[in-house]
Amino acid sequence: MSFLLDVLTVAAISAGLFFFLAGSIGLLRFPDALSRLHALTKADNVGLGLVMLGLLPRADGLLAALKLVFVWLLVLLASSMVSQLVARVARRGGSPS
Amino acid sequence: MTVASTLALILVVLLLSVAAWTVVARQTFAAVVGFVAYGLLLSIAWVALSAVDVALTEAAIGSGLTGVLLIGASARLRVTEAAASPERPGALLRGLGALASAMVAGGIAASVLSLPEPAPTLAPAVAEHLPSIGLGNAVTVVLLAYRGIDTLLESIVVVFALIGVWSLAPDRVWGGYPGPRQYADPNGILAYLGRVLPPIGIIVGVYIFWVGADLPGGKFQGATILAAMWLLGMMAGLADAPPISRTWLRILLVAGPLLFIAIGFAGALTAGAVLAYPDGYAKLLIKVIEAALMPTLTLTLALLVAGRPERTARG
Amino acid sequence: MNDFLLVAAGFLLLTVALGLVRIMRGPGDADRMMSAQLLGTGGVAVLLLVGAAASVPAAIDVALILAVLAAFASVAFVKSASPPESIADKEAGGA
Repeated sequence: MSFLLDVLTVAAISAGLFFFLAGSIGLLRFPDALSRLHALTKADNVGLGLVMLGLLPRADGLLAALKLVFVWLLVLLASSMVSQLVARVARRGGSPS
Repeated sequence: MTVASTLALILVVLLLSVAAWTVVARQTFAAVVGFVAYGLLLSIAWVALSAVDVALTEAAIGSGLTGVLLIGASARLRVTEAAASPERPGALLRGLGALASAMVAGGIAASVLSLPEPAPTLAPAVAEHLPSIGLGNAVTVVLLAYRGIDTLLESIVVVFALIGVWSLAPDRVWGGYPGPRQYADPNGILAYLGRVLPPIGIIVGVYIFWVGADLPGGKFQGATILAAMWLLGMMAGLADAPPISRTWLRILLVAGPLLFIAIGFAGALTAGAVLAYPDGYAKLLIKVIEAALMPTLTLTLALLVAGRPERTARG
Repeated sequence: MNDFLLVAAGFLLLTVALGLVRIMRGPGDADRMMSAQLLGTGGVAVLLLVGAAASVPAAIDVALILAVLAAFASVAFVKSASPPESIADKEAGGA
């Protein structure tokens, strides 16, 4: 049982790292600000979610596990709204595109 | 090279590069973003060193609140930034400044690295007496029991800093509302964020304050989060800072430090020394002091960022 | 397992450092803000990983504060990056 949980941890965290890497590369290589923002939000939501999923089996009890989920939901909420605001800045001319 | 030391090396390299870039960045806005990034990385470093209370404070104040303070300053300076660039010091002066800073940094590093192993420390003595106070968080105990005088004076200094900021107000708006009136479309995203995030932030802030008795946390980090949520409400146009002439504001600002002083002098009567706690009452008194300082700190931190009065009081 | 978590944290730091290049190069303010946001979320992930690896359960609290304050700082950035508009502008431009 604990071996399966370990496999889950490794697999989920590796997948999460892949999404973070994809988000970073997108941030670097995409041609304009709005598409960079699009790449970034994938890293934010899915990347962090997978890392959090991988760490759930290792949490110290129910309260710690709930806190992990809460952190992820909070980041989801905040970053989705902040992305809208950043997009507005990008479109208004904060960047030449 | 072990995994842990490789991670430490990566952190150090990142910290130094971000710090170096923050110093040489041309635009103030870019430099402030670099500063906030630096604070984030530093709080990760503190967690890696198991200094979680410091990491909490760094994330909250060093990176969050100070970053916003600097952003406000850079926004005000934007108008004069172009005009001030011919006045920048020449290359020789900047080179000398860099050399002096490097020598100071090198001196500090050398003295830290040349400490005997293990470094002299009072930590075992603190740990030995921890059970007599009754709290589990050694940092809170040191701050409020063993070095209570430091915390008391610091809470007073912060109020003085606020008075200093207020003193920058022009005479005609003295007693008025701090900062310009913020406006955001009431149906827009910013107003929505300003309605949704603060309740969650307040719960987090109170939780961090409450848990500081036995686990890392405490009044300072909790107050910072509460202040940040109030400022968020202000930025979204949903709340406003009170005019500085309001009596309740001034009473709340001094209530915390005054109560701390009162408890300190009461300690002279009941326990034999100023700021000493009578046996068995230490935990209760510490919690009372922390709770009393929360409103003072929250108000002070929020008003420090809100700035000097700029609008006359309307009532 | 602890070693794997630390390696993952190190890899994540390097990945986020890639994003930091955008802070330096980013032609506009929006790009710099995005890079800072990536650093914030990446920082939360690194904190959770390091906390799990070093058995520091309070690292989750640091991640919590980081998430809240990062949102707050981003709003401040956005407000200062856009020049102050008049109320008439806002109503004409819509939500």
